Amino acid sequence: MSPQARRKVWSAVLIVGFFVLWEALCWLFNVSDIIVPKPSQIIVTLWQRGPALWPHTLQTLYTTLVGFGFGIFIGIALGVLIGSSRLAYDVAYPLLVGFASIPKVAVVPIFVLWFGSGTVPAVLTAMIMCIFPIVVNVATGLATTEPELEDVMRALRATKLDILWNVGLPRTMPFFFASLKVAVTLAFVGTVISETVASNRGIGNVMMIASSNFDVPLVFAGLIILAILGVALYAVFSLIESRITGWAHRKDEFAMG
Amino acid sequence: MTTMTELPRTEDTFIELENVTLTYGRGDKQVTALGLTNLRVNQGDFVALVGPSGCGKSTILKLVTGLIKASEGYVYVAGREVGATPIRVGMAFQNPTMLPWLTVRDNVMMPLKIVPPFRQEYGAKKKTEFRDRADSLLKEVGLANFGDKHPWQLSGGMLQRASLCRALIHEPQLLLLDEPFGALDQFTREELWAVMQELWMKLKPTVLLVTHDLKEAGYLATRICVMRTRPGQIVDDAAVPFPRPRTIDMSYTQTFVSMTQRLRELIVSQRPVKETV
Repeated sequence: MSPQARRKVWSAVLIVGFFVLWEALCWLFNVSDIIVPKPSQIIVTLWQRGPALWPHTLQTLYTTLVGFGFGIFIGIALGVLIGSSRLAYDVAYPLLVGFASIPKVAVVPIFVLWFGSGTVPAVLTAMIMCIFPIVVNVATGLATTEPELEDVMRALRATKLDILWNVGLPRTMPFFFASLKVAVTLAFVGTVISETVASNRGIGNVMMIASSNFDVPLVFAGLIILAILGVALYAVFSLIESRITGWAHRKDEFAMG
Repeated sequence: MTTMTELPRTEDTFIELENVTLTYGRGDKQVTALGLTNLRVNQGDFVALVGPSGCGKSTILKLVTGLIKASEGYVYVAGREVGATPIRVGMAFQNPTMLPWLTVRDNVMMPLKIVPPFRQEYGAKKKTEFRDRADSLLKEVGLANFGDKHPWQLSGGMLQRASLCRALIHEPQLLLLDEPFGALDQFTREELWAVMQELWMKLKPTVLLVTHDLKEAGYLATRICVMRTRPGQIVDDAAVPFPRPRTIDMSYTQTFVSMTQRLRELIVSQRPVKETV
């Protein structure tokens, strides 16, 4: 077995081992379902309640992706602005940091006030959760472009847009994709917060109702669904990242392709 | 001995610096990078600027591209004030500044994507004519078959060759070289001098070369301008009489050695004397 394959097998074994340990500890200390359900029980719940959970899962996924999409769009726009203008940097950065420090759960009621409860505030919460890391990374990538590179381009009489398009943005891609991986998980957090507070659909809402009924296995089933969605989207963006920014990691496959 | 024989203005004059000064900062912190400099460079000339560090050699290059503006005086390029006539400029630095996400060929083709009239045709010709042009240039500097590689897969000397290709692909009228061979080992450097000379003799751009290496200046340039520091100014301007193509062997002849010795003494004599405590 190659060292790489061995590493993969070991990591898989250990991840499964974590759940086995969880199960074993629950048996050993006779932990009540109301406190921490066993993984086996969560799986059973997922199986039995699957058909009922599915539309909520789709709702949460949809809301998150829409919010994330808007977040990317606005994040790039703000990042480009802040990264290429000193004035914009000085004005927007303090505002942005201040805004990022506000607990988002405090903002949801305002969105509900403006747009009513349901999908819209959830999309908006997901969006504002994921903007900050995108803006910071795009702006950093642009601001750290080597001055010699710009000199080469400016000597060719390249416009600001030429430089941004041919040098600034490609150079920023590794920063951008690193931020997307963080941002997509944050977008889930945003969606679920909003669904918990003000919605009658989505996994957040299901968990809220389940916990008030002391249906703890269902709460944990919700958690597992969120975790799986989060990991899946993280993996998708990791894959896209390694395809597009292989040059930053000096990958041989990238060089050949 | 100084030989300040300023070139007369003729129709061949391509670059002209007229009483140019450049100061940074203001008040007490004001620094004069360039003090009252006059320089004329003819079309197709190869002029080397040598001098102690901080004498404003690179400043002259930036003035000529219009990247910075003179505080006083005038900079003319191609008969009009710099920037007024769009001329094609190629640049190469000590750092090859290749874009790591592009292949070497795409890096070399970058100016064609930016500079008119090529940029209008870039979409149509990037896979045929422009690609061939890049490949033939790469072949000339000894990088045939390296077009598909990425910059990090090449050595420093190879990157500098590619950087020369990028500086030349859009057939610049003016080529500005800021210590392009400074970071290379002696053998690679001498190889690249030969490559550079060949390309210059073939394409005949006007070249301004900033260098610390007097042998390099003697090998490549048709004229050598010696600068002094604080304030930066040209103190000596001499033609290099050797025939082309020049060879490394030539640099060991008596006339060549005594020329570089004279230049060396000129530069060393300006070095600020250390104050003894």
